[in-house]
Amino acid sequence: MKHKHHFFESEGFASFISSVLAIACGLLFGLGILFISNPSQAYGGFMMVVQGCFTDGLAGIGLMLYYAVPIIMTGLSVGFAFRTGLFNIGASGQFTAGAFAAVYVGVKWTFLPEGIHWLVAILAAMLAGALWGLIPGLLKAYRNVNEVIASIMMNYIGMYLVNYLVRNTIYDQMKNQSLGVKSSAYLPTAGLENIFAGSKLNIGIFIAILCVVIIHVLLSRTTFGYELKACGKNENACKYAGINAKRNVVLSMVIAGALSGIGGALLYLSNTGKYLQVLDVIAPEGFNGICVALLGQSSPIGILFAGLFIAYITVGGGNMQLFNFVPEVIDIIVAAIIYCGALSLLIRNLLERIKVKKRQARERGEGQR
Amino acid sequence: MGQAEYVIEMNHITKQFGNFKANDDVTLKVKKGEIHALLGENGAGKSTLMSVLFGLYQPEQGEIRINGKAVKISNPNDANALGIGMVHQHFKLVHNFTVLESIVLGHETTKGGILRMAEARKKITGLSERYKFKIDPDAYISDITVGMQQRVEILKMLYCDNDILIFDEPTAVLTPQEIGELLKAMKQLVAEGKSIIFITHKLNEIKAVADRCSVLRKGKYIGTVEVETATKEMLSEMMVGRKVNFKPQKQPYQPGKTILEAKGVTVKSRYGKDVVSNVSFQVHAGEILTIAGIDGNGQSELVYALTGMIPMEAGSVSLNGRDITEDSIRRRSLAGMAHIPEDRHKDGLVLDYTLQENLILQNYFTQRFQKRGFLKFDAVRSYARGLIERFDIRSGQGEDSIVRGMSGGNQQKAIIARELDRDPEIVIAVQPVRGLDVGAIEYIHQQLIAQRDGKKAVLLVSLELDEVMEVSDRILVMYEGEIVADVKPEEITAEELGLYMAGAKRSVKNEA
Ligand SMILES: Nc1ncnc2c1ncn2[C@@H]1O[C@H](COP(=O)(O)OP(=O)(O)OP(=O)(O)O)[C@@H](O)[C@H]1O
Ligand SMILES: [Mg+2]
Repeated sequence: MKHKHHFFESEGFASFISSVLAIACGLLFGLGILFISNPSQAYGGFMMVVQGCFTDGLAGIGLMLYYAVPIIMTGLSVGFAFRTGLFNIGASGQFTAGAFAAVYVGVKWTFLPEGIHWLVAILAAMLAGALWGLIPGLLKAYRNVNEVIASIMMNYIGMYLVNYLVRNTIYDQMKNQSLGVKSSAYLPTAGLENIFAGSKLNIGIFIAILCVVIIHVLLSRTTFGYELKACGKNENACKYAGINAKRNVVLSMVIAGALSGIGGALLYLSNTGKYLQVLDVIAPEGFNGICVALLGQSSPIGILFAGLFIAYITVGGGNMQLFNFVPEVIDIIVAAIIYCGALSLLIRNLLERIKVKKRQARERGEGQR
Repeated sequence: MGQAEYVIEMNHITKQFGNFKANDDVTLKVKKGEIHALLGENGAGKSTLMSVLFGLYQPEQGEIRINGKAVKISNPNDANALGIGMVHQHFKLVHNFTVLESIVLGHETTKGGILRMAEARKKITGLSERYKFKIDPDAYISDITVGMQQRVEILKMLYCDNDILIFDEPTAVLTPQEIGELLKAMKQLVAEGKSIIFITHKLNEIKAVADRCSVLRKGKYIGTVEVETATKEMLSEMMVGRKVNFKPQKQPYQPGKTILEAKGVTVKSRYGKDVVSNVSFQVHAGEILTIAGIDGNGQSELVYALTGMIPMEAGSVSLNGRDITEDSIRRRSLAGMAHIPEDRHKDGLVLDYTLQENLILQNYFTQRFQKRGFLKFDAVRSYARGLIERFDIRSGQGEDSIVRGMSGGNQQKAIIARELDRDPEIVIAVQPVRGLDVGAIEYIHQQLIAQRDGKKAVLLVSLELDEVMEVSDRILVMYEGEIVADVKPEEITAEELGLYMAGAKRSVKNEA
């Protein structure tokens, strides 16, 4: 028999299925936790999680999309760097730097006309994030400093520096946070508020999707992506082929930083009462980005869906409070899913083996006929 | 209870990768105390069969018997427990470990949780002396030659008291001297009652040490012969399925203008020692210039310097009369310098890329394969198919095969195809036929000679006397970073060449 290439035997399907199974394991584990913490309400709470945003209809979906935007961006940042052989643990710092730049432009550069203001704010965030990626990139390329260490440092520097800058430039003393940005710096909603009535949705989601598409195309279709991935897989061979590996390390970190930076802008330029808080806390969006990248197996499209999924669960988690669960429990469940995501490779191998067994059986059957 | 006749019986083994049968109903029987050679073309499935025996792969069909008992080997630990050890074709040691640490890695001798290094050291030095391995247990892996690293691998097997030893192409990375020493050690091992499976592409090695020889071709078992009664011609015909020409044909030697010129090239090692000192030579059009020498005498560094992979301390290089000393690797490559690197895994290939992606590694950026920064996938695919066809690169999934899963010889063919197809002015080839089967060697040599006959230049670095004597037009011998001889192959005997290589003789003064 001529071999037919089944969709179910394709690579992409294997990664997809393994992610789905990872999620299922995580949910089961979460259910266990719910039963332990509050048996009587466990089932209802669990259904809230599973139903996610659908409990609240279109508004819920809007909320999910809104939550997804920043973590898709940081996830993309981490996943992109990972594909090029770098572990960008500094998404938080880049995100914070971007957020500050965006808010600063939003508050101060009031001379900018409507329709341009928010765009400039995003660009500023992109540059700030890129700068925050550039430094560990340079250190890695020219001083062989491990990018993990350097970018952790940049997370702290980013956090404290932004706190300092907020206090000295755009500070609202009463509330210990940044001043509100001018309304021209808000991201346009482009009528989305009519569709997803009652949600905080704006065009941020489109910008995130655009970034996903750009990175996907960059990685899979361009010579630049070919170089970047090659350097990630074998730096020596890149050198041998005359590829400027050092430059690529720097560029890769710059792009990763820019993506996180845009994420910061998209969150803080939403008209949702989000302000830069002066707190000694590293932006959690960066770490969530690592989770998203992991669950999305570092593929841009995978990251898009992983980000949406985590946002979905988060919305569901918020609803769980109706059943008297503390918000921390939802964090635990999300974390459980992520851990299972790490197991997804294992699941993949298992699937691989089952597939081989099946084929053998099939061929043996054919042999006997 | 009678002693089983065979220590190893692999009966009707079939191992598939996807739809591709790397082993197709293969049977291999090894007697106790023999050296059993396993012969076959690149990609014939030798390594795969050994990986099945070593528990790295599970066969789809067939059974394995050790000392007559059917066993299931699910992983290398099972293999180890059965006394099976293996030196892999592309072994991997941890670079920043010492020899001693690498050997005890995973087999730590502990007492009360404390590593008993002293004991391990004693055992290792003992073994090293017994087989004349001359190994320094405290040297770092990154500082010793590939040949020494291999001895470390062998010591690892012996350290675990294995008595079935698998050597997957051990001699491919060794110098002639080292090969002699290894073969001696193998003889000694079987005399002590161990059994050895020995994979090699070199028929004289089989003739020298093996008792019996099994032949695979394209995954199928062809037969087993007594080495005593088999001739080299017979063996190669069994393996390739046709007659092989061992002596390449070339046009008369008519050197043209100078293509590559090195003047006073000096390279310092990390520790400030001269590894290449004041080396000057010219390679002409229509010439194969071979740099002969024992591994570790500066040949690798010289080539790295010529190709721009490491900086030179002093000296200059010019290509077609243009000084390229300061040029980047890319510019040298575009100026017509092709490089077949010594370490194909480290430098030559992106192992996790597909074959087609690897075949465009040197020219993905040209108009042919990209337009405004976007890769032209159709062009890439058809180009790859062409090369695969022309250079007979065999793999499971054609141009979509991941290179990591390809056999060593076919990986090498991929590099050679890529480099030669660029129509270079000069090909710098470092041990280009290492690990290749006789048919493929014949082919590669033909290709290099075709470059030469087409009035291009070839700079060949080789450790193998046969190759040096057969394909070169001119031979430079390198010893301790210097050129000690500049001779023609017809003016010198292999023995004399050996003396130069060992530093016992020199005919070129180093005018510093
Ligand atoms: N993990 C793998 N996945 C897919 N194909 C594989 C894998 N390992 C080996 N193959 C294929 O199986 C065939 C046999 O490979 P193998 O490495 O056993 O050859 P070999 O006889 O050792 O050759 P060589 O002398 O070049 O080392 C090759 O065509 C190779 O491409
Ligand atoms: Mg092999």
